[in-house]
Amino acid sequence: MIMHIKDFSFTYKGASKPSLKNINLPILENKVTALIGPSGCGKSTLLRSMNRIHDLYPGNKYEGEILLKNLQNQKMENILEIKKENDFIALRQRVGMIFQKPTPFPMSIYDNIAYGLKLQGIKDKTELDKRVEDALKGSALFKEVKDRLNDDARGLSGGQQQRLCIARAVALKPEVLLFDEPTSALDPISTSAIEELIVELKEEVSIAIVTHNMQQASRISDYTAFMYLGDLIEYDKTETIFLNPKQQMTEDYITGKFG
Amino acid sequence: MRLLINKLVLILSTLAALLGIGFLFWILITLSIKGISAINLHIFTADLVDNGLRNLLFGQFVLALIAVVIGVPIGMIAGIYLQEYSYNSKYAQFIRNLSDVMMSAPSIVIGTFVYAIVVNPIGHVSGWAGAIALAIMMIPIVVRTTDDMLGLVPTELREAGVAIGAPKYKVIFNIIIKAAKVGIMTGILLAFARIIGETAPLLFTSGNSEFWTTDLNNEFPSLTVAIYNLATMPNEELVNIAWAGAFLLTMFVLIINLLGRFITKEKTK
Ligand SMILES: Nc1ncnc2c1ncn2[C@@H]1O[C@H](COP(=O)(O)OP(=O)(O)O)[C@@H](O)[C@H]1O
Ligand SMILES: [Mg+2]
Repeated sequence: MIMHIKDFSFTYKGASKPSLKNINLPILENKVTALIGPSGCGKSTLLRSMNRIHDLYPGNKYEGEILLKNLQNQKMENILEIKKENDFIALRQRVGMIFQKPTPFPMSIYDNIAYGLKLQGIKDKTELDKRVEDALKGSALFKEVKDRLNDDARGLSGGQQQRLCIARAVALKPEVLLFDEPTSALDPISTSAIEELIVELKEEVSIAIVTHNMQQASRISDYTAFMYLGDLIEYDKTETIFLNPKQQMTEDYITGKFG
Repeated sequence: MRLLINKLVLILSTLAALLGIGFLFWILITLSIKGISAINLHIFTADLVDNGLRNLLFGQFVLALIAVVIGVPIGMIAGIYLQEYSYNSKYAQFIRNLSDVMMSAPSIVIGTFVYAIVVNPIGHVSGWAGAIALAIMMIPIVVRTTDDMLGLVPTELREAGVAIGAPKYKVIFNIIIKAAKVGIMTGILLAFARIIGETAPLLFTSGNSEFWTTDLNNEFPSLTVAIYNLATMPNEELVNIAWAGAFLLTMFVLIINLLGRFITKEKTK
């Protein structure tokens, strides 16, 4: 277990009710965990708590614990206790995030990846070159872009941009990667490229992915959590969730009775 | 009946448009004829004392450039604050409204204001006072374009920057401003075009000078104030110089504006 979400509730600033209620969910090491559920049930809210990106906007309320394993001493540490800017930065380098729409930075393909590495303090040019190349190879993009590393990243196709964003996150050698519907803005071919990539990546990182595409969840995930209206209804091996769910509601959702 | 009103409105608005364009061309044509015929090498090499424009052109640019150097950083920082740090508080909304009001403030008011706070205490007009007046004119434009252009950058890009571990100020300066660069540059260009042709803010602040000078602590030459003064002179040669100056200034402003538009078009393509 790399992360453990315990009795976690989340309330947006100014909201009268919590958007997440008492969530308990493990994120297992080197596995893909899918979060599914109808739109508005709180999948993104949960995912965005796991790197505390919510904190860009002040005034939200966290309750409970989100534990992240410290690889140095194998202890689980509560990321909700983080207060200092430096600790936030460290957290986000350990827990990367890929968004729904590709978000290339307005710079070259090379710099998109080197930027985060430089923030980590890597200055040596040969080291940077190597890490950039590794990251691009790791996200199956190197062959396509190796002759135009200095071109503006915004000139890439949507699928390539998304893989660049994955490369950018992977380059930092994170422990966990969070994906928020990473393929919902992409065509089927790019989608399957990204799905393959996610499956390969779990050798090195643990992955949590929000998807509203159930086929996608069943294709790539090892564990699946079904959420509904801010509650975690059921969590189990993906097979079990799709073939033998224990909750009636999960079954109804899987079989398309609502959603 | 409705058809008739439609037709009437169409005809009236076409006429109004033609009238407007007509006047515009009339001005441009007169300006070109009188201006071009008054242009010769001499006006670029001599100062106003010798019936040239050299010190005036130089002075106008220096004032405008100093205004840019003062106004752009202040305006951009304020715009960045409004868009990135204020979380749209009431206070931020108030500042936004205030800069909109300032943008439409008559420029003579700004000239008078600077006269009161700079010229009067010092006791005489100066290049600095003129540049400050132009900077004040420029600031609200830069504030609002920076604010608006940053607002067009998608939130996801900010989140993506934070998500790879960049501190907020680095996200803003390395990523968001870059993404909004073209828009902000265009805004600055148009703000520059706006102040380069101003007379009223300079009239009581930088005054006028017939001589070549680089001393901003004293009265400072500018094309616009000179045109204002020369236009009513009884001396025909001086009036012609004014025409030449007016023509050059108009062309310059026109080119900057076209450039601004061109950049905006290229960007949205
Ligand atoms: N910034 C916000 N402020 C207030 N409420 C929000 C905000 N973002 C999302 N919500 C609410 O939180 C709930 C969960 O939203 P979200 O996590 O985006 O759902 P999902 O990703 O599963 O579609 C929804 O009811 C939504 O309206
Ligand atoms: Mg969502």
